[in-house]
Amino acid sequence: MRNDKNRVWMNHVRSLLLASLLIAIVAVEASAQDLKVTERVLPNGLKVLLREEHKSPVVTFQIWYKVGSRNERLGRTGISHLLEHMMFKGAKKYGPKQFSQTVQRNGGNDNAFTGKDYTAYFENFAADRLEIAMDLESDRMQNLLLDDKEFLSERDVVKEERRMRTEDDPSSAMSEQMMATAFSAHPYQWPVIGWMADIGNITRDDLEKHYRTYYAPNNAAIVVAGDFDSTKVLALVEKYFGRVPRGTEVPKVGAVEPAQMGEKRVIVKREAELPVVYAGYKAPNLANKDSFALNVLQGILSAGKSSRLYRALVYEKQIALYAGGEYNDVSADPNLFTLYAGVMPGKSVDEVEKALYAEIERFKTEPVTDEELQKAKNQAEASFIMSQDSVFYQAMLLGQFETVASWKYLETYLDNIRAVTKEDVRRVARQYFGEDNRTVGILLPVKGK
Amino acid sequence: MRSNTYIKLNALLAVIIVFLIAAISARASEPLGKRIVLDNGMVLLLSEKHSLPMVTISMAIRAGDMVEPAGKPGLASLTASLLTQGTTKRTASQISSEIDFIGGALGVSAGDDFASASLGVLAKDLRTGLDLLSDVLMHPAFDQKEIDRKVKATLASIQQQKEEPEVIAGDAFAKAVFGEHPYGRTNDDVAGYLPNATRQDIVEFHTRRYGPNNCIIAVVGDVTEKGITALLNEYFKGWKAAERNDPAHAAPPEIAKVTVLKMEKTITQANIAVGQVGISRENPDFYAVVVMNYILGGGGFSSRLMDNIRDNRGLAYDVHSSFAPQKEPGAFRVWTQTKSETANEAIDETFKELHRIRKEPVGDKELADAKAYLTGSFPLRMDTYAKIAGMLTNIELYGLGADYPQRYPELINAVTRDDVLRVARKYIDPEHMVIVVLGDQGKIKLKY
Repeated sequence: MRNDKNRVWMNHVRSLLLASLLIAIVAVEASAQDLKVTERVLPNGLKVLLREEHKSPVVTFQIWYKVGSRNERLGRTGISHLLEHMMFKGAKKYGPKQFSQTVQRNGGNDNAFTGKDYTAYFENFAADRLEIAMDLESDRMQNLLLDDKEFLSERDVVKEERRMRTEDDPSSAMSEQMMATAFSAHPYQWPVIGWMADIGNITRDDLEKHYRTYYAPNNAAIVVAGDFDSTKVLALVEKYFGRVPRGTEVPKVGAVEPAQMGEKRVIVKREAELPVVYAGYKAPNLANKDSFALNVLQGILSAGKSSRLYRALVYEKQIALYAGGEYNDVSADPNLFTLYAGVMPGKSVDEVEKALYAEIERFKTEPVTDEELQKAKNQAEASFIMSQDSVFYQAMLLGQFETVASWKYLETYLDNIRAVTKEDVRRVARQYFGEDNRTVGILLPVKGK
Repeated sequence: MRSNTYIKLNALLAVIIVFLIAAISARASEPLGKRIVLDNGMVLLLSEKHSLPMVTISMAIRAGDMVEPAGKPGLASLTASLLTQGTTKRTASQISSEIDFIGGALGVSAGDDFASASLGVLAKDLRTGLDLLSDVLMHPAFDQKEIDRKVKATLASIQQQKEEPEVIAGDAFAKAVFGEHPYGRTNDDVAGYLPNATRQDIVEFHTRRYGPNNCIIAVVGDVTEKGITALLNEYFKGWKAAERNDPAHAAPPEIAKVTVLKMEKTITQANIAVGQVGISRENPDFYAVVVMNYILGGGGFSSRLMDNIRDNRGLAYDVHSSFAPQKEPGAFRVWTQTKSETANEAIDETFKELHRIRKEPVGDKELADAKAYLTGSFPLRMDTYAKIAGMLTNIELYGLGADYPQRYPELINAVTRDDVLRVARKYIDPEHMVIVVLGDQGKIKLKY
């Protein structure tokens, strides 16, 4: 999604993903690539993924809990995100204020984020401080204090966050409404940060219950990437997390969004400068074989200034300030492939909307060119090599893929992309980009509202 | 996300963050890079890395806002953005097709002090990448149609940004603090000039400012010294020298007393900026200021502003303070956003913290923690090719010395409580600050 400041928490992750979507490993011809990941599962169900990388003396320690807004209920939306905030507000060993201060005085950086499918925490350190991360994370995995006063003040902080990201941001507000319209019967409909009223209704007891249900080793994966020795680190993980008792089985999310049988539209009128159009099509996730052709389609449609949408709408016709397509395939349940554009002054929403559809229609009627197909594949290869420059990013990919499906999808990704044909691209364009399968969100600027 | 502080800091102050390098790791005893002067006078900073088959190149060219001719705000950015929009041998479309096809990245943009050009390619595509990079820098076509297109898009973007409270408040703050000084350039200034920009303006600016003697090129990645030197000498051969004299410009205005700017927008939060002119990178108090600012509001949850305004009172998601030590003194600024009803309280607490750090020395533990972070986080500042390139560039730009990474810990550890107090008193002057408050003034009921 277009977001100049990349402030939306999920969009941090998603825009990282955009760059990584076309990841691959360059290797000698083989049927799958070896990501050099050591995988273990502890007796209490905790999954551990380790990737050694010795080019810089740094390490990232991440823990991914399989809980996000997907696991919530209307009336109490935003609870996973608020719980993420509370995880920094004190546990048994490291009391209030001590978490980040401990990390920082050890020369580290820490943060966390919540998405629809996961809540993840990370500490980045020089290689010799890894054990501190484990001490901190194992403490708050079991012994979060959830102090009443801290809760009340942190709930206010989350409200400010929502005001900053959505209430005062016209495009975000529209995008939020588009999602709410696209999904009628599935938790993806509500925002990760939660509806404002819901945030105000969450109680401390709600949080405790959410914490006890979902923050258990059997519902988590630890990902470590960087300059360390796997044998030593496995022993440390055992030491710090081995005795955390397995939790009860986590309730399943049974919701299934029914097939969409006609276009949905939502208009948002707000004080804003320029109109924005989003068109979200229901699309399969990475576990579906069509996802590779859809990824290639996304690259041809939207990657770089030679891409179809940029070239046609922004450069040649000059009707859009920006235009692109984003495919949300790293998702536990099927999500959306969204076309989006900002409308240039003096141009109409109608004109831009039609232009977006005209571009997607081309994919249905004409095969893509050999050059475009090869370009998308080259971008995939290059992107993955370049993404290996950052151990933090490598760990993020492993964590995301593992939490929504399996990290192993990363190993076969490149080969699957390489195998996509022109006919595959045309087929998925016809299958998924029908009018009846789309939800359109429009931001209409009005003055003085 | 629990805190976008780190991301925001990085986005806003990439240059500054690079300065917060510290501590010794086992590898820092090796020089970070090698300095080589090329045939045409261009300074190459090279760090060979062979674990990944990729090359990251970033260039700093003395062609930023600071060297714009008077009355032409935005010319530097316009010129930079047009370099990739066509050369004497390639159209804009050809350039984008070529770089996209190899999965590479190529971009040029202008900032306050410098223009930046960047190239990211796989090692096997280095020649293609350098061919493109040198072509756009040396032989831009500045086709009138491309100029018109870019001006139109930039004006539209400026219009769209009027939706963004941070931009509106940020511009108003910059203008109030810097006046006619180039650091006070706003979107409105640029929108005023761009429709009048001529091709002649652009060509002249490019000819005068873009040249090998005005630029640093940092190369990090899978190359050899011999190989990259030869390639750069080949591709940048014949590049004409640029002018090095900077045009005169206005000084920032005197702020005689606390100056409050109230701006109206119907939004739920008050967007608040408080500050004044800060220090330049070349100020010898730089290290003491870095430590002081970390404690005041730059150190995330270890900082006083965050602790008070967010953690204790729940008033804001984002609150932080920053200095912008550039070639000339950039701004010292405290930034926060809080619902309208608590704007006064947030400003009250901000000033309490500003007064407190000037009144009493910081605590021993605060000081020790600040130093521990600044020195201990060194490896994290150099763990990607892009970060290494940035650090090499800054060492060169500010003459910090090749052993700077090794010296930094001493420079930080030498800062005393008295130093922190002294620089707080010297560079934070609450009686002469600008306060910008953007929001629903009816609900804010500003008492300042």
